[in-house]
Amino acid sequence: MDLIFEKSRSGRKGYSLPGTDVPQSSEMDQRYRRTVEAPLPEITELDVVRHFTQLSRRNFSVDGNIYPLGSCTMKYNPRFTEMLAGLAGFAQLHPLLPQLGKGYELVQGALQLLYEMESLLCEITGFSAMTLQPLAGAHGELTGVMMMAAYHKARGHQKRFIIVPDSAHGTNPASAVIAGYETVMVPSASQGILDMKAIKAVLNDQVAGLMLTCPNTVGIFNSDIDKIAKMVHEVDGLMYYDGANLNAILGKCRPGDLGFDVMHMNLHKTFSTPHGGGGPGSGPVGVSEKLLPFLPISRVVKEANGQYRLNYDYPDSIGYMASFYGNFGVLLKAFAYILLLGRQGLADVSDHAVLNANYVMARLKKHFHLAYDRICMHECVFSAVKQAAHGVHAVDIAKFLIDQGIHPMTIYFPLIVREAMMIEPTETESKESLDRFIDAMIQASDLSLSHPDVLKECPQIMPITRPDEVKAARDLNVNFFAAEQRAAGPVA
Amino acid sequence: MLSVIGVTDISDLFKDIQPHHAPRSFDLPDGKSEFEVVEYLRGLAKKNAADLTLFVGGGYYDHYIPAVVPAMTSRGEFLTAYTPYQPECSQGTLQALYEYQSNICALTGMDASNASLYDGGTALYEAMMMAIRTTGRDRIVMDGGVSPIFRKMIRSYTDNLNIQFVEVEPSHGQSDRKRISRALDKNTAAMILQNPNFFGAIDDHSDIVQEAHEAGVLVIQSVYPIALGMLKPPGEIGVDIVTGEGQSLGLPLSFGGPYLGFMAVRKKLIRKMPGRIVGETVDTRGRRCFVNTLQAREQHIRREKATSNICTNVALCAVQATVYMSLLGRKGLQELAQLNLDKAEYMKGQLESVEGVEVKQGSPTFNEFTVALSVDAVEVISRMIDHGFAAGFPLSRYYPGMKNYMTIAVTEKRTKDEIDGYIHALKMVLAELKVSV
Repeated sequence: MDLIFEKSRSGRKGYSLPGTDVPQSSEMDQRYRRTVEAPLPEITELDVVRHFTQLSRRNFSVDGNIYPLGSCTMKYNPRFTEMLAGLAGFAQLHPLLPQLGKGYELVQGALQLLYEMESLLCEITGFSAMTLQPLAGAHGELTGVMMMAAYHKARGHQKRFIIVPDSAHGTNPASAVIAGYETVMVPSASQGILDMKAIKAVLNDQVAGLMLTCPNTVGIFNSDIDKIAKMVHEVDGLMYYDGANLNAILGKCRPGDLGFDVMHMNLHKTFSTPHGGGGPGSGPVGVSEKLLPFLPISRVVKEANGQYRLNYDYPDSIGYMASFYGNFGVLLKAFAYILLLGRQGLADVSDHAVLNANYVMARLKKHFHLAYDRICMHECVFSAVKQAAHGVHAVDIAKFLIDQGIHPMTIYFPLIVREAMMIEPTETESKESLDRFIDAMIQASDLSLSHPDVLKECPQIMPITRPDEVKAARDLNVNFFAAEQRAAGPVA
Repeated sequence: MLSVIGVTDISDLFKDIQPHHAPRSFDLPDGKSEFEVVEYLRGLAKKNAADLTLFVGGGYYDHYIPAVVPAMTSRGEFLTAYTPYQPECSQGTLQALYEYQSNICALTGMDASNASLYDGGTALYEAMMMAIRTTGRDRIVMDGGVSPIFRKMIRSYTDNLNIQFVEVEPSHGQSDRKRISRALDKNTAAMILQNPNFFGAIDDHSDIVQEAHEAGVLVIQSVYPIALGMLKPPGEIGVDIVTGEGQSLGLPLSFGGPYLGFMAVRKKLIRKMPGRIVGETVDTRGRRCFVNTLQAREQHIRREKATSNICTNVALCAVQATVYMSLLGRKGLQELAQLNLDKAEYMKGQLESVEGVEVKQGSPTFNEFTVALSVDAVEVISRMIDHGFAAGFPLSRYYPGMKNYMTIAVTEKRTKDEIDGYIHALKMVLAELKVSV
């Protein structure tokens, strides 16, 4: 499909600007002005609409396809929340208004929403307080680790290490390092669970904390979690909960009750804000009493008279993690989703998410090697090792699914499972769509024996076949205009 | 389904979560109908004064968003897709992001852009960290004209790292050449500038960019994309890393986010960039297509050695900005910039006739400028609210010595009538305050 730049024709326009009702100002000094026009496309409104409509059709999405992408929780995103985010009272609200004189009076509704959202998330997770400032899950992680660092600094600790299991999301070690720590990796035991002995072996006074996903990335809940917390607390380490995904534990347990001190959550997963092809996200962070003083500023507070305002006066705070109060437009969608579901609705989410994952696991067990053969939580991890013996790899099975109109599961993660295929059906898929996915998987497994070559050639019916990723990195072309210059000949 | 699994009850699936793990409380409200939730949030929306006529900027501007922009990004195919890990069924998002990167390069005059970062502030932080990694130096020279919000944020982030900061206050609105040049040394990783700066002043940084380069210092400039419709692009004056807040490119103000952080660099720095990058390639049949590329920099591959911990960025906001830039195009963006400049200049002219107002004239400005009042700006702004205006941003919020100063932003949405109405109200407010003093 042509690029928008290739559709550009000199003199076409897709905009209408208000006529100028003020005199044209005198010329700005040439030394500040651009001398060459920015080569943006020139294109009519209709052609812009066609271009992006056609592009959109080249995407799979939850709206159009089964999307069991493990660890990503691609559940249905209710549409009314989009409408709410577009209300003028929210969408047109300037973030600096509360910083004007009398400013808080201008944004009472927005502050109330943030305040109530914090309370709801605290109740769901069992933490004492929450910051809504982080702009995505990984940003929340960094916020959490920075608060851990502030805690240790305040207590005069000289701690260097953060323990991270080998099954962790890649963001965990990356966040720990950016906050100034070194990471110690601990291996999982045979059942995919972190074992107490492995932790004990690396635990000492230099350990600032442990980062844990629970249920972990192979979909297993660690029953020893409270004991692990106790061990880490004994060296005054802090327990970090990677709550990217809470889909398995809503109403079942709360990280705050289990002994965790800090957690982030990715609202686009559990609380169903649309992922947008890679964001925007939102990564609120909850903390226990211990970490309360270190929360980022500003914090929303409610006065005795019922008025809301922002408080910046927390001397031990780690400071500003974002320019403002978080991704407000995302937070409000998650807020509306929580209100819609309520207590019972949220508990049902986990029931159905776990039921669906176990149903998929039970039906596929005969066909694929199951990394850990036991009841799973909201996702299950298979391995394509049996198929790999016939030359068919997880990636080939994934590409076959694409031709069936199904978005593949996550492949090659977690790293601790060879040929990993991580399946998370979510609670919003019906039994019929689960069966359709399962049947396609079984068909792929059958083909791996009878016609492995067919799988190698997939996908066939998409706008493109498999791309050459090596060429992409080698003959780097990330900018149409630079590529155009190269094509025009060597630059002197 | 339960019988296929081999259990009799859903609760059998939760046995790993033992009774003593049960929540101590789960006291949430009952579920509501969609209608009830909508009514509740409508009620909250009504408690916000979103109908004020906005003359507040500070890096976030009230520009008109053509209806086509949200119409495209609200399509479920863009809205409800995940990160494009499977390129064969994600060409829509991938191509749109490649076009986004190309548009950002077109606007900034740089060689390469990533596929977005969270917002303007975090983009600037990432740029700084990138400069530190690239140069192996640990000292940062930061112009005081850089948004104080960004500066505070950066300082928070680096509190635990051994980074030395030198902040240089502007002189007559523009970057203080002498002091900046004295501050640059062989330990300096980066010089951070902003254009237009927080006071609205436009600068031509060519001279100090050259000086920085002579000292082996990388230059980072934070820019306002609408102003680039008219201003000399940073690529032309030798800037190494450009960042900015992309909210003005078709995103609503939305009380602080989601926004769009953009970053563009010179060729030599491409592989040092954080975040997703989309590249062109071909499929097995030789057809052009797009993939996430240079992933070896990223956290899911490199883990603790990654260039950043960023994972999700703001892909949909980047697509939104692409639609906006495509609609405005080559001419539209220039005309838009000119219109912003004209309105702001008109307002400056009108303000000059108001007693008790002094428009600072030290340097040229784009659509935002600084005025000195005869009285406390906070008080003036507060009273202007009663007249329906968010009249400006009080600089004392971040600069304690500037009690009587405020910045005023004027976009293409402000009509002559609104500006005249503002002037009228301001005269009344200043007269009231004069009496009360």
